[in-house]
Amino acid sequence: MSKLTLKTEGDTHVVVTRRFAAPPEAVYRAHMEPKLVQQWMLGPEGWTMPVCINEARPGGKIRYEWTNGKGGGFYLTGEFLELKPYNKIVHVERMHLPDPTPDNHVETTFEPDGPGTLMTMRMTLPDPQTRAAMLATGMERGMEDSYVRLEKMIGNLTPASR
Amino acid sequence: MSGSFNLDASFAAVADPTRRAILAQLAVGEATVMDLAKPFKMTQPAISQHLKVLEEAGLIVGRIDGTRRPRRLAKAGIDAMDQWLAMLRKALERNYDRLDQVLAAMESNKDKERKTR
Repeated sequence: MSKLTLKTEGDTHVVVTRRFAAPPEAVYRAHMEPKLVQQWMLGPEGWTMPVCINEARPGGKIRYEWTNGKGGGFYLTGEFLELKPYNKIVHVERMHLPDPTPDNHVETTFEPDGPGTLMTMRMTLPDPQTRAAMLATGMERGMEDSYVRLEKMIGNLTPASR
Repeated sequence: MSGSFNLDASFAAVADPTRRAILAQLAVGEATVMDLAKPFKMTQPAISQHLKVLEEAGLIVGRIDGTRRPRRLAKAGIDAMDQWLAMLRKALERNYDRLDQVLAAMESNKDKERKTR
């Protein structure tokens, strides 16, 4: 079954929904407990998250660091704004690439859905340009595998003069 | 073949993150060089150069409106955006598939705890 939806809403929002077989308590904990977060929030194959800090209180700090084990890496920082255990997480986050991206305001809710959970993640970016840049960055990470294949197929894409 | 040449040109055009961000911005609506230069913190000539590459690859088109020359996505550009959104969806899905495994392991640990109590 196709469980994930991703859509833009208005000029500045991105909304992601996903259903899980486990109850809201488990899904909420898997988003908050570093030992659990480090097992799944990894992106492309081969990446790990050696640092995961979640200070679980309003105003508490967030810091995630990713590495590909080959010298590549980036990190995310943020703060929690509201935590309603097993039902809602509201936080702001920014990626450091290494310059920080504008704040992404994220509200994640976990609603009971039969024996499972419906998760809704609503991101709000400060303006349409930031949303465009964020989607383009996300695409870039998603496209990594495709680019490796593409490079093998047609060689270096950028002219040698650059 | 001219077909494969165009394909290479559009791959090369989207290999640059700034050009992908410009395409994503044009997906929101028409924009001029000036509209694009400010949010991307780039000079107008730099933006114009990127727009030229995107135009030659057939991903965007321009129209003339007095002294302005607003650009918008061409059909190929819209298709490219759709493909990227699908890839982003796939990247997210990969994370959540892993989360499914984590949740299943949490559930079976809980069962074990119950049994040992």
